[in-house]
Amino acid sequence: MAKYIMKRILIAIPVLIGITIIDYGIMCMAGSPLEMLKGPRVSQAAVEAKAIALGLDKPFYVQYFVWLGQLLRGNMGYSVKSYQPVSEMIRSHLGPTLLLMGVSLVVSLFMAVPAGIYSAIHQYEKGDYAVVTFSFLGSSIPGFFLSLLLIYIFTVKLGWLPSSGMTTLGTEGGFGEVLKHMIMPVIVLATSMAGSNIRYIRSAVLEILQQDYLRTARAKGIGRFLVINKHALRNALVPIVTVIGMEIPVLFGGAVIIEQVFSWPGLGLMTMSAISGRDYPVIMGVCLLSAVVVLAANLVTDILYALVDPTIQLE
Amino acid sequence: MGRKTERIEKKMVKKKKFKKEILVGWDEKAVKDIANESYVQTIFRRFCHHHLAVISLAVLALLVAAALLAPVIAPYDPDEIVGTFSGAPCREFWLGTDQIGRDVLSRLLYAMRISLLVGVMATLISTVIGVVLGLIAGYFGKGADMIIMRFTDMVMSFPYILLVLVAAAVFKPGLWNIILILGFVDWPGIARLVRGNVLNLRETNFIKGNIVAGMPLGHILFSEILPNTVAPILVYATSVLALSMLDEAALSFLGQGVQPPTASLGNMLNGAQSLTVLTKQPWLWIPPGLLIILLVMSINFIGDALRDALDPNSRG
Repeated sequence: MAKYIMKRILIAIPVLIGITIIDYGIMCMAGSPLEMLKGPRVSQAAVEAKAIALGLDKPFYVQYFVWLGQLLRGNMGYSVKSYQPVSEMIRSHLGPTLLLMGVSLVVSLFMAVPAGIYSAIHQYEKGDYAVVTFSFLGSSIPGFFLSLLLIYIFTVKLGWLPSSGMTTLGTEGGFGEVLKHMIMPVIVLATSMAGSNIRYIRSAVLEILQQDYLRTARAKGIGRFLVINKHALRNALVPIVTVIGMEIPVLFGGAVIIEQVFSWPGLGLMTMSAISGRDYPVIMGVCLLSAVVVLAANLVTDILYALVDPTIQLE
Repeated sequence: MGRKTERIEKKMVKKKKFKKEILVGWDEKAVKDIANESYVQTIFRRFCHHHLAVISLAVLALLVAAALLAPVIAPYDPDEIVGTFSGAPCREFWLGTDQIGRDVLSRLLYAMRISLLVGVMATLISTVIGVVLGLIAGYFGKGADMIIMRFTDMVMSFPYILLVLVAAAVFKPGLWNIILILGFVDWPGIARLVRGNVLNLRETNFIKGNIVAGMPLGHILFSEILPNTVAPILVYATSVLALSMLDEAALSFLGQGVQPPTASLGNMLNGAQSLTVLTKQPWLWIPPGLLIILLVMSINFIGDALRDALDPNSRG
């Protein structure tokens, strides 16, 4: 097991380095962040001095190695806009994003797992059709449109829920306050995830239900409840683990748009403002972080496989 | 006791009816027809079992026709100011007018054109890239396979929308840039799929026979291997189409996609970020949103039915 994990980490390293190179390449094609600085009141000499101070006068590959060298020493650079260290910025925005992502993931699983299993057991019945249609709707509705609809209904028409931020300005905050602000973003993220997950779990459970060992279990006469809850569910854990692994990158991306719509003060909001301000060090930091998270999620998924299903051999 | 027997009797009656129906459905002629039908006919018959997909196909055909015929059926020029600012729907303007007095219905028709164009072109590009890379990786293996698959891993490890957003910001948002960006981001799934299929096909006797017979490489790859993996590619491409239309909408909504005055379904929703539009002028943002859902959902249903219909292991 330890050998397998080591091997996977070694494979992940070149992938990570490749990602940073692609990143850096794309952003160097974009042009200098100093373009934003230029104006009638800023002299050419001042811009050049700034470029030298930021190391932007050197060729692109030198800049890349300087950045990589700093990174290995734990320094992710400084924001071009706010002069804050990037690692500091990421740390302060990570909490709200993780909270939002974690809660959405849990809620979507609570929706998708029972619905998927129900619809597999009741295949081709009315309930099944309803669940499948809902799941198609969930994966077809754009997240931002659902957000707008929810804001329209719950904030504008009913006035029940706040539509932006994590706490109301001027109040202390606290658990209830955050919870209230979280309801709509979580619904949006969980719906879109549950949409694809329901179908995935449904087809996985359908396959399990046709296995010989389930026929044997039924033939033993232990009853439908035990057959499904003891024999089928245990085996359905494998597809559920897969689903969680698949959702991590989707979550990271979906959070960018949803955080923008709901002004949720997380990584997504920070990334969007960094993108529009061409704040390269910040963008690089976020891309690197997300790539690490995705690769780590893949690894954890594979390890969980082995724990859930003893017949899978990690080679 | 009596009740119980009654219930059982009722069940029996139900079952009998059911059986009769099955028998009617499977009369001798029908069986003969099935035995004689061609591959395409089989797929079409199986596809028609999926009622929602048949309805979706009709809806999609209608919407595509409306989009293609937009210059003919649109009541006004989409970019011309024809009415009052933000006018509510009335007899003259069925869906009202937007903030600067353009007809919403006409803009909607043209927007659908743009959104479909983005989706279809992005899907074509990513399918071609995915198929070519997948064929190379699967057929030649070794070094080529290693490099291509690591590259695929890299693209897949990016949170997809983040990559698209960064690229859109870097390459100046615009119609063709969006198409190219979406096309260059969506291919890894197809590449993996094709590679897997090619690995399986390469071990089959008919491909080995071709190699032994000294057939040219191009013939083996494109005339022997590719046709045998078209079905899964087609199914996957429908989901890429749905996804890239959703992505275009999201990007344009954020102002990083198709730029006004060209209307796309996403950038028509962009106005709803302002509170007045959101609260007071629902005709400006609800119709494009519903249209996106309708388009994407029909494509997804069709893809689902195609998956079942093209599956060689499925019965019926």
